[in-house]
Amino acid sequence: MLSKRLIACLDVRNGRLAKSVRFINTQDIGDPVEKARAYYEDGLDELVFYDITASSDKRAIMLDVVEAVAKEVFIPLSVGGGVRSVADATDLRLAGAEKINVNSAAVQRPALIAECAAAIGNQNVVLSMDIRRVAVGQACPSGYEVVINGGRTPMNVDGLAWALEGERLGAGELVVNAIDADGTRNGYELKLTAMIAEAVRIPVIASGGAGKPEHLKEALTVGKADAALVASMVHYGDYSVSELKRYLHGEGVKMRMSW
Amino acid sequence: MTAPIVIIDYDAGNLRSVQRACAEVGAAAAVSSDPQRVRDAERVIFPGVGAAGSAMRSLKRNGLDNALRQAVEGGKPVLGICLGLQISLNHSEEQNTPTLGLMPGAAKRFRLDRPELKVPHMGWSEVRPVKNHPLLQDIKPGDEFYFVHSYYPKPEREANLYALATYEGDFPAALGQDNYFGVQFHPEKSGRFGLRLLRRFIDWNGQC
Repeated sequence: MLSKRLIACLDVRNGRLAKSVRFINTQDIGDPVEKARAYYEDGLDELVFYDITASSDKRAIMLDVVEAVAKEVFIPLSVGGGVRSVADATDLRLAGAEKINVNSAAVQRPALIAECAAAIGNQNVVLSMDIRRVAVGQACPSGYEVVINGGRTPMNVDGLAWALEGERLGAGELVVNAIDADGTRNGYELKLTAMIAEAVRIPVIASGGAGKPEHLKEALTVGKADAALVASMVHYGDYSVSELKRYLHGEGVKMRMSW
Repeated sequence: MTAPIVIIDYDAGNLRSVQRACAEVGAAAAVSSDPQRVRDAERVIFPGVGAAGSAMRSLKRNGLDNALRQAVEGGKPVLGICLGLQISLNHSEEQNTPTLGLMPGAAKRFRLDRPELKVPHMGWSEVRPVKNHPLLQDIKPGDEFYFVHSYYPKPEREANLYALATYEGDFPAALGQDNYFGVQFHPEKSGRFGLRLLRRFIDWNGQC
């Protein structure tokens, strides 16, 4: 049987590791290559790099980071942030990314998902969705709305409908990032994760809000996620990757326990 | 100049992860779509790129199907990975494609009854050798490898089956025949255990 995956997300700005709290006030917290290597050696199952560089002329720095990480880390590597075209995706793949995350640009132009799927294979296209709670209404019957541009721009698109559309267009996996929970360390948005995981036939990665090991267990059980994404709880040394995996394993969640 | 290891590039795919993993275990491998280089190589890695139908078309267009066949018949150690293993069999259900026929068998699509099990089968899963093979000798109970696939390889002969993994039921995770060995998982993405398997391949004399 498949193990549940523990994924660490590294936000990279201008080649340095940054951690955003509700996408505002990013701080430099170290060298992404060094962190990636340390997590890999400590049993991490998968890595996500997110380029939050503001200006496009610094994109080349991200490619260098990906290339450096791919030389040292032999687990799946997923990269996103500012992917607008198949060419962007291909550049990242050649630098060493396995999977490509699309987000804002796919909301604005959904065909991007299908184009990337045709070019690099469905299994390598990850649709990353930033979603916030809203009042249930005609535009958003699920009570969740898609936002873009790092959470700043509401799109008046229903979160569940977008997940289903992403799957239909060829995404191989979904990252469900709850904006309300992101950076709060108060736990994942379980209702949202479970709703989407039950509706689609592709793996769902819970993202946003992890602060305690119990939160991960909830996401992988009640939240029905296939993988849990963590950031600050490992970046600041509060928990180690192996410690989280041992906890989950002890709680009966199937994890990869030797590496 | 002859590279000792050639990674067959048949669809302009992303094969640098395999190349990097070889480098990590101390072997310089060349990525090439030149059939002559495949014929000249000491050993060959045959990775998977894309889907069975388009992969077969690219192989034939470049004359790589025959070069690979010659490498296998010539006794060179050959390692198939993922789709590379699948199209080494006779037939693939993917796009109903006749494939290379290096080993008797077919690639079958996962047909699962439990709705919560997703296809592609993606993630880490235990690989259990069913008999000894030089490439599998480091694998211990519980060791997991990284899989991404919607089809699985089904050998005609039990003798070619070397390891199993389990999804809804057991499926073949490694097949072998003489100097050919194929794995359904991705050793280049399977951490230290995958690197060890690649190292074993690099040291392998093609006998089992």
